[in-house]
Amino acid sequence: MQYALLIYGQDPADDDPDAGMAEIAEYDRFTGHVRDRGVLRAGEALHPSTMATTVRVRDGQTLTTDGPFAETKEVLGGFYIVEAADLDEAITYAAMIPGARNGAVEIRPIVDFSAMPGAMADASGAS
Amino acid sequence: MATLIRVLGDFDLAEEAVQEAFIAALETWPTRGVPANPAAWITTTARNHAIDRLRRQRVLRAKTEALTRDATIDGDLTTTDVDPFEGDDTMPIIDDRLRLIFTCCHPALALDARVALTLRTLGGLTTPEIARAFLVPESTLAQRLVRAKRKIRDAGIPYRVPPIELLPERLGGVLQVLYLVFNEGYAASSGEALIRRDLCAEAIRLGRVVAGLLPDEPEATALLALMLLHDARRAAREGPGGALILLADQDRSLWDAERIAEGLALVDVAVAARRPGQYQLQAAIAALHDAAPTSEATDWHEIVGLYRALLVYLPTPIVELNLAVAVAMADGPAFGLAMMDGLFDDGALAAYPYLHAGRADLLRRLGRWSEAITAYQRALELTDNGPERTFLEGRVEEVYVAASRESRPD
Repeated sequence: MQYALLIYGQDPADDDPDAGMAEIAEYDRFTGHVRDRGVLRAGEALHPSTMATTVRVRDGQTLTTDGPFAETKEVLGGFYIVEAADLDEAITYAAMIPGARNGAVEIRPIVDFSAMPGAMADASGAS
Repeated sequence: MATLIRVLGDFDLAEEAVQEAFIAALETWPTRGVPANPAAWITTTARNHAIDRLRRQRVLRAKTEALTRDATIDGDLTTTDVDPFEGDDTMPIIDDRLRLIFTCCHPALALDARVALTLRTLGGLTTPEIARAFLVPESTLAQRLVRAKRKIRDAGIPYRVPPIELLPERLGGVLQVLYLVFNEGYAASSGEALIRRDLCAEAIRLGRVVAGLLPDEPEATALLALMLLHDARRAAREGPGGALILLADQDRSLWDAERIAEGLALVDVAVAARRPGQYQLQAAIAALHDAAPTSEATDWHEIVGLYRALLVYLPTPIVELNLAVAVAMADGPAFGLAMMDGLFDDGALAAYPYLHAGRADLLRRLGRWSEAITAYQRALELTDNGPERTFLEGRVEEVYVAASRESRPD
């Protein structure tokens, strides 16, 4: 199964570049670990939520606003997509992500449309 | 059932397949005779039904592959072309139950869902029975079960006994669910007596399964001991009309000697592993109560020590309250009262009727009548449990009588 590991935390402070470097090194270690195991499918870091733009279409009108979808203290800062045999394996990876120590990692199983061809039309129509 | 759920990864499909297998059994056993191992026969037949269904519905191709793979791994019982009448290996079925307990109690499921799923899947209780036991509408409980099963399937919660490095953490979750089920049955806070007894019986039965299959885990053994030692006192806890009888006032000849003997022996086994834990401490406390001929003859000093140790594992105000009660028994009510008064400071227990009732009891024993009455009345305001209210009202009456006797000695 594939799982999205969504990393939530506070936006990084601009005034502490050393802490930022140490964190990047830790993320590099984690990325290397999952890549070596052959389970890494994707992984990206996102710019701070102050860089976010949110788009809604209502009655054919595109509404564009500054900022993230929801104003919360902890924001989505990055994500990995990993292949794991089951939730326990995904939990093991999530717990290794540096952001889990001061923020939280949300694990979301990824829908596998290829395993349910009959459901594909329904699912794509509903979402 | 547990075997099939693991193999198929789908509760509903497994339930259906088992039903079909039972129908097949009704049709064939009368003519062919009951097989040597009926459970294995049902499992294999249900599995074959499930495979047929899966093949018909190509949508679940991935699961058919899992089935085939599994069939290769444990070929004896599970290959699809074996004569089911020859299977005699029941061990995989027992192991599957353990796997299923860990699945049902997975921390990725909400606690109330874990409890419901464990009782429904591993216990002998029906959905309406569980709903009645936990005082929730049947539809709510059914929803809870559906959602939990869907999460197990869609989030990929594994069917397995966790690897050794996860075992302590996960076993704790399993024991928590079993003890919660037991307590729900034991603390007669509400609901029907019969169903409450069922809950205790189920918790003990599942506790036996877990302790039996994980003999090297002292906490599992200790939880079984703890439940047996509590359950042994059941008959003595209730007076006529369901009246509450406190431990100190119970007729100890009504205690179940067999359960106590089993519980005491299990405590010894658990403690011998020298890996202490919260259930061992609680079981040791229960053991001291159960082994004592009277309340006065109880080793209260030892109980005080055990509660102090338990506070390290369970730093909760309730444990502190129990410690204060034990201190009152060991060193005198004034010492216990001082500890209880301290408990009001953190506020967590201010609305807890047992703190007020406990304080009232100590004030009564100290002859501080008017304060005792105030405390009993505060406890009465905070509980709507019938037997408990009757008990507290009785105590208020006693204190009035004692106080008036003192003021007019003749």
